Formats: sequence, structure tokens, C-alpha cells
Amino acid sequence: MNTFTTNMQLVYILAAACFVIGLHLMNSPATARRGNQVSTAGMVIAVIATLVLLIHDGTVTGVGWTVLIVGALLGSAVGLYSARTVQMTAMPQLVSMFNAVGGGAAALVAVYGYIHDESAPGGVLGSTSVFTVLDVIIGSVTFTGSLIAAGKLQGLITGSPVMIKGGRVLNVVLAVVVLGSAAFMLTTASLPALLIVVLGSLAFGVLMVLPIGGADMPVVISLLNAFTGTAVAMAGFVIGNWALIVAGALVGASGGILTKLMADAMNRSLANIVIGGFGTGDSAVAAVVSGDAQIRSIAADDAAIQLAYASKVIIVPGYGLAAAQAQHGVAELAQLLEDRGVEVSYAIHPVAGRMPGHMNVLLAEANVPYPLLKEMDEINPEFPRADVALVIGANDVTNPAARRPGTAISGMPILDVDQAKSIIVVKRSMGHGYAGIDNELYANPKTSMYFADAKKAVAEMTAAVKTLVG
Amino acid sequence: MSTALVTDLTIFVLALLVGIEVIGKVPATLHTPLMSAANSIHGIVLAGALLIGVTSHTVVGYILAFVAAFFAAANVVGGYAVTGRMLKMFRRRAAPAAPPTPAAPATAAANGQQAVPGPRESTRP
Repeated sequence: MNTFTTNMQLVYILAAACFVIGLHLMNSPATARRGNQVSTAGMVIAVIATLVLLIHDGTVTGVGWTVLIVGALLGSAVGLYSARTVQMTAMPQLVSMFNAVGGGAAALVAVYGYIHDESAPGGVLGSTSVFTVLDVIIGSVTFTGSLIAAGKLQGLITGSPVMIKGGRVLNVVLAVVVLGSAAFMLTTASLPALLIVVLGSLAFGVLMVLPIGGADMPVVISLLNAFTGTAVAMAGFVIGNWALIVAGALVGASGGILTKLMADAMNRSLANIVIGGFGTGDSAVAAVVSGDAQIRSIAADDAAIQLAYASKVIIVPGYGLAAAQAQHGVAELAQLLEDRGVEVSYAIHPVAGRMPGHMNVLLAEANVPYPLLKEMDEINPEFPRADVALVIGANDVTNPAARRPGTAISGMPILDVDQAKSIIVVKRSMGHGYAGIDNELYANPKTSMYFADAKKAVAEMTAAVKTLVG
Repeated sequence: MSTALVTDLTIFVLALLVGIEVIGKVPATLHTPLMSAANSIHGIVLAGALLIGVTSHTVVGYILAFVAAFFAAANVVGGYAVTGRMLKMFRRRAAPAAPPTPAAPATAAANGQQAVPGPRESTRP
């Protein structure tokens, strides 16, 4: 290493340090914005260092510069436009798209490296390592897998599990072919083998995500995020760049942790999620309350009385709330209650929404102050003190059946909504959640069902509270 | 195994451990911005994409460099912009600040609530 490249590596380490500090500052909403700025600064440093490196090297052709600059500018424009215009409900799709392009770019770095070295005298053997191969495989799988995930989230592809006949056999065959060709690549310089690895991995990504149901998306996105990080770290090994290695490892760790948290919150193993979705008939549904159990329904006026004269209300939002675009209405109702001195908080289940923490962002967008957003472990002991638990668009995560063995959701951590003094459930019908079982909460004598669309129900309750308290 | 590879592996493993340590402390409230921030960080692959340019002198090389630069730039710029946009929405209090600790009003007592409402939850995260 000469002095110049050593100095460059030091600059890259500085950038990597900025990433770590940036992530560290994200441990509180109060400092998170500064964290993002520190991280951005690290990125700017890394990119400038790379440009300096390119200029110093002096071998980049005019065409090369044009290609890189035009490509980067166009990419930036597309990225900025989508970041500015995306709806918060569509955040999971956008994150998925960023996973896709990140993984794709990482794969391309290795593909290019291989093609370039292959044509060089002496071939690739000296420089092709297991990292090149891993980068190509993981990056390609992430690319198509994330595109499919984004398509499912956007509704372009059906959200229900798509089972292809013989899909599992095909997956195994693909895996064998890809790994075999990869092993061949390591010993013999071969572009066809590279092509097989790329195409095989792309196909594998599609087949991996297609059979996964919409409700499992928080896990899938986290997993693909971890994949992208790993692919980027592998790209770092390929080009010997520490910034890529550190950044990739950080993202890999983040994606890995979130994957585990999400899988735990659904009480399902990763293998179970990847191999087969809910409602595919693999879990026995034990006897639960039958449809003719006592269900009480409630009207807006009665609900408003309960809410307005409560001293503590816990709102339990689920994805149905976001789907109905009711988060602003809920925030307004909560504010109205708070103005009356009612203590309002929100109970957020880890898998509320379509990606980790999604519900928090949706509520933050509706101006709900973040101290009111409570995590499951924090809010559960508070339910017995709550006069009213208002469940809007959440289903399986409130089902007490999870506490008993033998049901489809047994063992899943739930919000202890049934311990509140009274419960109002806003729901369009008695339909099932993703787990496909009855919710025993609805038959609880303390529960009143408010049958309406979330947005309409919230508006009606708000109006009723206003009339009531004048 | 070369010294360079051992160094790279050391850095990788240590960074992974640092990542687990640091990210384990991020509250669930911020998990979406965290993932988005992690997304923008893996946009560092832009550096890798740009370095392709050093040796590409063929049409195939130029195409790969173009696509890689496009992908990586979209990732990094979009990632940081959307993370910033999300984090801006996290406020401690809505603009018209409510009184800090309104005591539970008489209405609660009138309603026959036996429990004395405890002190309002601290607004600390």
C-alpha cells in the first residue's frame, strides 16, 4: 500500500465511523435527525474520497466519466423524487426498492470485476474469491426478491402466498445449479458459469418471495435488508474497500436483528415463514368461540360517552387503520380527549404495519407526539388501569387465544387488551385476521363491537364526543 | 490466506459486532427510520460502482458501470432524503402544546372511577 491509498483507507474509516455514530444517535427520537445528518456527512466524505481516488488514478476515460456521472445524476434524481413524493403508507415498497437497487449494484460490482479479470492475461483465478461469488449470488437474489416484495406490497402482485407446483423442488434444483456453477467459477475462468450463477440467483429470488404472504412482509423486508448489507460487505471484500465492508456489516446486523424481532413478534421461525405462509392449511385450528357467542355492538354516542368520561384510554392501531387512512382522524380524536384531560396512549405491536415500526411513522405523520407511542412490553402492564381500550384495525395481535396452546397463533406475544376495563373494537365485519381464526376478544363481555370502516367510525366518534361535551 | 484478507475479515467481524450492539439499542418506535437509514448506508456501494470506472474501457464495462452508478445513487440519495423526511415527523409534542400535566378532571370522578388516576406518564421517551 502506498501512502496515497493508505490515506484513502483512513478517510474511508472516518466515513465508516460516521455511519456507526449516526446509527448510535438513532437510539432516541430526539437525536435521530442528527444521526441521519452525521451518517449523510460520512457518505459525502466517502463519495468525495472515491472521486479523488478516480482523479488521482487518471485512467478513467472521458466516456467512463460521462457514463458514471450521468448514471449517478439520473439515479440521484430518481431517488430524490421517490423520497419526496412517497406516501408514508407506501414506505415498505420504497425501502424494498432501495434494497433491490442496493443489492443489484453490489452484484454488478462483482460481475464487472469478474468479466474484467477474465479478459485480462492470466485470467481471474488469482483474484476471484469466494467473496466475488457470494456477492453475485446474494446481490442477485436480493434484487429480484426485493422487486417481488415491492410488487406484493404495492398490490401489483397478489399479496397472498403464490404456490407454484413443484416450486420447492425447483428451488432445490436452482440452488444446486447455482452453487455448482459458482464452485466451477472459482476454479476455472468461465463467463457462461457466471451467467448461470446470475440468472439462477435472479430466479431463486423470485421463487423465494412469491410464496410468502402479505402479512409476513415485515420479516421479508428485514431479511432482504440483511441480504443487501451482506452483499455490499462482500463487494467490499472484492474491491478491498473498508468502508463497504463496515457499512455492509452494519446493515447486515441491522437487518438481522429486525428479522429476529419480527419473527419473534409473530412467534414463527424464519424457516416457517420462508417455507409456507399463514392460511395455507399447515396449522390446525383448535376449537375457539363459535360465531353465535354473545357479540355486543355499540353506536357512536355510547362509544363517545365511554371515551369522554374515561381517565385513561389506550388506542390499539393495526394495519386496518392505515389502510383506511384513518390515522389523522384518530390523532384528532385523541387530541380532543387529551384536551379534556383524558390520558391517551397508543399501544403499538411490533408487527403493526407492513414493516418494522411502520405504525409509529404513520402516527408520527398524523402529528401524534412520539412519547405517546408505547411498545408492547411497556404498555401491557398499563391495560388493567385503562378505562377504555379502543382497538382500530388490529385483530390477531389482540386475540387472547394466543395465550393458550393449540391455536394457530399460540405463543404469539399479544397486547393484553382484554385486561382493560372496557373494550371498543372498530371493525368492518366479524371477518378473520391473517391467522384465519376467530378473535376471542370479541366475545368478551367487556367488549363492544363498532361495525364500520375505521375512518368513518373515528369521524363519527369524534363528532359524538364534540356534541357530548359541547 | 493473505494478510489483507485477514485484515478485511477482522474489520467485517468487528463491524458486525458493533452493529449488533448499537442497533440493539434503537427503540421500536424508530425501526422504520432505522431500516431506511441502514438502506442509505448500504448506498456506499456507490463508491464500489464508481471504482468500476477505473478499469472499464469496453461497451459492456460502460453499461455495467452506468447501471451500477444509477442504482447506487438512487439508493443513497433517496435513502437519506426519505429518512430525513420521516424523522422530521417525530415530534415530542404537537405544535399547540397542551398544558404539561393536566390533572385528571372532575369528570373522571363524576363518572365513578374508583382509581385515582396516577400522575400523567412522563413525556420522556
